[in-house]
Amino acid sequence: MAVQGGLTTLPEAVAVTPAWVLLAYLVAGVCFILALRGLSSPVSSRRGNRFGMFGMALALVTTLVHYRPFLPGGPGANLLDNIDWVVAGQILGAIAVGAVIGLVTARKIAMTQMPQLVAAFHSLVGMAAVLVGAAAYLNPLAFGIAEPDGLIHLNSRIEMGLGVAIGAITFSGSVIAFLKLNGNMSGKPIMLPLRHVINLGTLLAILGLVGYFTQDQSQWIFWTITALSFAIGFLLIIPIGGADMPVVVSMLNSYSGWAAAAMGFTLHNSAMIITGALVGSSGAILSYIMCKAMNRSFISVIAGGFGGDAVAAGGAAASDRPWKRGSAEDAAFLMKQAELVIIAPGYGMAVAQAQHAVREMADLLKAEGVEVKYAIHPVAGRMPGHMNVLLAEANVPYDEVFELEDINAEFSRADVAFVIGANDVTNPAAKTDKSSPIYGMPVLDVEKAKTVLFVKRSMGGVGYAGVDNELFYRDNTMMLLADAKKMVEEIVKSLGH
Amino acid sequence: MDFISILSIFVLAVFVGYFVVWSVTPALHTPLMAVTNAISSVIIVGALIAGAATGAPLAKWLGLVAVAMASVNIFGGFAVTQRMLAMYKKKER
Repeated sequence: MAVQGGLTTLPEAVAVTPAWVLLAYLVAGVCFILALRGLSSPVSSRRGNRFGMFGMALALVTTLVHYRPFLPGGPGANLLDNIDWVVAGQILGAIAVGAVIGLVTARKIAMTQMPQLVAAFHSLVGMAAVLVGAAAYLNPLAFGIAEPDGLIHLNSRIEMGLGVAIGAITFSGSVIAFLKLNGNMSGKPIMLPLRHVINLGTLLAILGLVGYFTQDQSQWIFWTITALSFAIGFLLIIPIGGADMPVVVSMLNSYSGWAAAAMGFTLHNSAMIITGALVGSSGAILSYIMCKAMNRSFISVIAGGFGGDAVAAGGAAASDRPWKRGSAEDAAFLMKQAELVIIAPGYGMAVAQAQHAVREMADLLKAEGVEVKYAIHPVAGRMPGHMNVLLAEANVPYDEVFELEDINAEFSRADVAFVIGANDVTNPAAKTDKSSPIYGMPVLDVEKAKTVLFVKRSMGGVGYAGVDNELFYRDNTMMLLADAKKMVEEIVKSLGH
Repeated sequence: MDFISILSIFVLAVFVGYFVVWSVTPALHTPLMAVTNAISSVIIVGALIAGAATGAPLAKWLGLVAVAMASVNIFGGFAVTQRMLAMYKKKER
């Protein structure tokens, strides 16, 4: 099939898009920029979110009005002339169904389940991109991306092929991430033999087919690209272990953005391009921050396999070095006398549902005149910023919560560092022991506090990375062995006396 | 719009995204992800066009399914972001 110079001629339908429609999409894009800009502080964030909602409403209404479905004969003189109300009803019905599902989910979801929810949402964006790409392929004239004889423009084919491929990878990758985060699938990496060869081969095949698609717009090429992309998304995520999921979720966030941008190129839509670029860079930056916080290179995360032998190493890690055990009364007494207590929470605290008890403990300490601060490691939760949300939910004021680099200098001034549900992110071996698997990872300097109170279920278990923690055996460490929630509740009781 | 104007918008938006996202406070990274999810569902624009177009029944139905999926994300994404942001409170003094 010959290609008829599609690069230079403007597609008819796009060329006649009225200016008000183009302007509306541009305004929507700017609103989305403002929505992200608002997140620079909690105060401005709520207004930012309203900008986002306004932008989305604008894009929706504009599209609904301009691309309203017509009966045969096309648009009339007035706005509502000759509208196909059956199709309009189907469209509004589809929006309503999605809206109900979305709103109910958003209301019911527990904050600990945010990573799963975000992964599920990513998969929907990916799938929507695939479906829009397929619809554009099947009906290119409706999108104004083809010659009257149905020949799709050259650049539209590339954009469409890439958009569908990225969308499909986002979808199947996010489904696997969801299953792993939700516990439907083991967090252990699944290692296929020769997986790097298979993955690389599949990726090259997809790129090759997208190239060939520019020469031949046959059905089999389009659907093979789609099928291979679904497969590669699945193959890319199964070897990645549970510990690396924060990076994976951020990475899929980025992919969903690039998928939207590619669709924006296909449809010549500025709102989609701006959004895609914003979301794509946002996800990329979050992946970078997460990798840095775990001292892992992006390549090694993608290659997978990390976090698989944590359980095997666990048995050997427990040593018989001496350590000190404390009681809830000891802890209460120490903290009551303190001037500054820094609480270092980890995901274990959220698993034990202890965050409300911790906040109650902090309130009692503050009533005694003790200054209380929270120290958050970037990977304290299961996704970027997760721990901050969990603390906010427990009514901890956000101005008492500090990031690693802002609080690390203060541990030397603290009388008590209260570690609860965290382990690897407090391990001093990351700074001193070159043979440690977590060497080089930024950690909270809790050992610099006068006393470290370490809440842990038992001495046996180890952290995600499968290494013993130096901190347990230090002179200034007191181990509080119990369930996190029970221990904190007992401390609260003792403080009350 | 021709390809070069679209590419220009894209390249400039990547730069805007880069600087705007670095200015987001780490405490709000989870709401950031939720809201980026919601806004990337602006892809619904393409789904609406497909759903309203005549000529290819399969394309129309694919479009309608995409409309429903993207709506879940839009409504769910903005609502859950709002729910999270409402929890962030300052110290009472």
